[in-house]
Amino acid sequence: MSSKLGKYTYRMDNPPSVLAYAAIGSKKESEGPLASYFDIINEDTTFGEKSWEKAESRLQKDAVNKALSKIQLSTGDIDCVFAGDLLNQCIGATFGLREMGIPFVGIYGACSNMAEGLALSALMVDGGAMKKTIAVTSSHFCTAERQYRFPLEYGGQRPLTAQWTVTGSGAAIVGERVSPPYIKAVTLGCIEDLGIKDANNMGAAMAPAAAATIKRFFEDTCTVPDNYDLILTGDLGQVGSDLLHQLLEREGYHLGKKQADCGLLIYDRETQDVHAGGSGCGCSASVLCSYILPAVKDGRIKNMLFVATGALLSPTSVQQGESIPGIAHLIHLSADDDTKTRPSTAGGM
Amino acid sequence: MTNKDYEQLNKKASPPSKSYINIPYAFLIGGIICTLGEFLSNTYQGMGMEQDTAGAVVSVTLVFLSALLTGLKIYDKIAKHGGAGTLVPITGFANAVVSPALEFKSEGMILGLGAKMFVIAGPVIVYGISASIVYGIIIFLFKLY
Repeated sequence: MSSKLGKYTYRMDNPPSVLAYAAIGSKKESEGPLASYFDIINEDTTFGEKSWEKAESRLQKDAVNKALSKIQLSTGDIDCVFAGDLLNQCIGATFGLREMGIPFVGIYGACSNMAEGLALSALMVDGGAMKKTIAVTSSHFCTAERQYRFPLEYGGQRPLTAQWTVTGSGAAIVGERVSPPYIKAVTLGCIEDLGIKDANNMGAAMAPAAAATIKRFFEDTCTVPDNYDLILTGDLGQVGSDLLHQLLEREGYHLGKKQADCGLLIYDRETQDVHAGGSGCGCSASVLCSYILPAVKDGRIKNMLFVATGALLSPTSVQQGESIPGIAHLIHLSADDDTKTRPSTAGGM
Repeated sequence: MTNKDYEQLNKKASPPSKSYINIPYAFLIGGIICTLGEFLSNTYQGMGMEQDTAGAVVSVTLVFLSALLTGLKIYDKIAKHGGAGTLVPITGFANAVVSPALEFKSEGMILGLGAKMFVIAGPVIVYGISASIVYGIIIFLFKLY
């Protein structure tokens, strides 16, 4: 069972492992600095499908299959999949996974989906209810554009605060403790809103949520940024990252060079014309499952916080003049499971 | 932290659009489109068309070119630099009609292409016609006295 630390954080008593993971990207991602870390790169953004939505479903299906094949598991070995995406009614996930026959829990936390899925997976596995789960999410530039913004061929100018939706997905299989990476704790975020209304500046809308969740985690665990090698935010981009530093500085936490952002890692902002950086559920999911988790597995990163952020807006809410609420969930990943300091599992049940 | 404080922080953190690049580009590309229109108009008149007819044929030609370039996935690349220069001429209107027609074809010819075709240009038509009615009424009232 996980034990609660403070008000918001759950510490895993028997830290679950991330058993396998897979990341998929497309053309724009293949031109970025992390291209070589992806498991599958398909330069055809349609993925051979007839519609963009089908292409996105394909992303999730392929990511799950790839992750399963890495450790020779079949869909029957999985107790539950926690999946979501940005599309209305989460059709990326449901259509992608419908033939798999895995118990399905649809989740929506916008671009924070990967952390939300991992948090639920860790709690379920550590709680003993499930043995193996999958967290998977995706985004596709073309489905996001047509749902949230303009048709692809519409001629418009994007402001410099806008971000580029990643065409990609990431899937991670969580199971009982065997080897690193371990999930040692999770902090579930609250919805935060400091009144940003500009849908072309989601980094600014999400930064307060990231700051609040990170602060709560530090308070609950009595730790500081220096206790971690890396604090990886989801898709704050350049504007949101700057604001996060300033917000936490006011609370007395200095992030300095410890913080990195998936939206800034996945693309080269100078040459790829992505303005403030990458975004979308697939941004944090694919960066985590390609570039980050192997480093935790090898011990190159010993202790890190994965803080995926989501902007909980809809085209309707924006048109009605609402501000954009943000959410951030935090996962504490570690190369070390601290078994010496924990009571043995045998005594428990 | 209040919303106002945060708005101040956000303003400082958010880079503004580069007007010193965007405005000259809009002037240049918008100007090129208009010069092309003038060139076409003169050519058509040289072929013996009346000025009114030539004007209409120029519009048709520019709309066709814009639609073609939209379909060939070139127009949005020009517009990325052109900004208002590609938006304001009739070519921008054609792009605003053709791009959703292409995009929403996947939802079918009726509820997709047919219904969504005017999703961007629709308001321009609605308020364009409304404004012309108001304009017409004003002219009518002036002519009464």
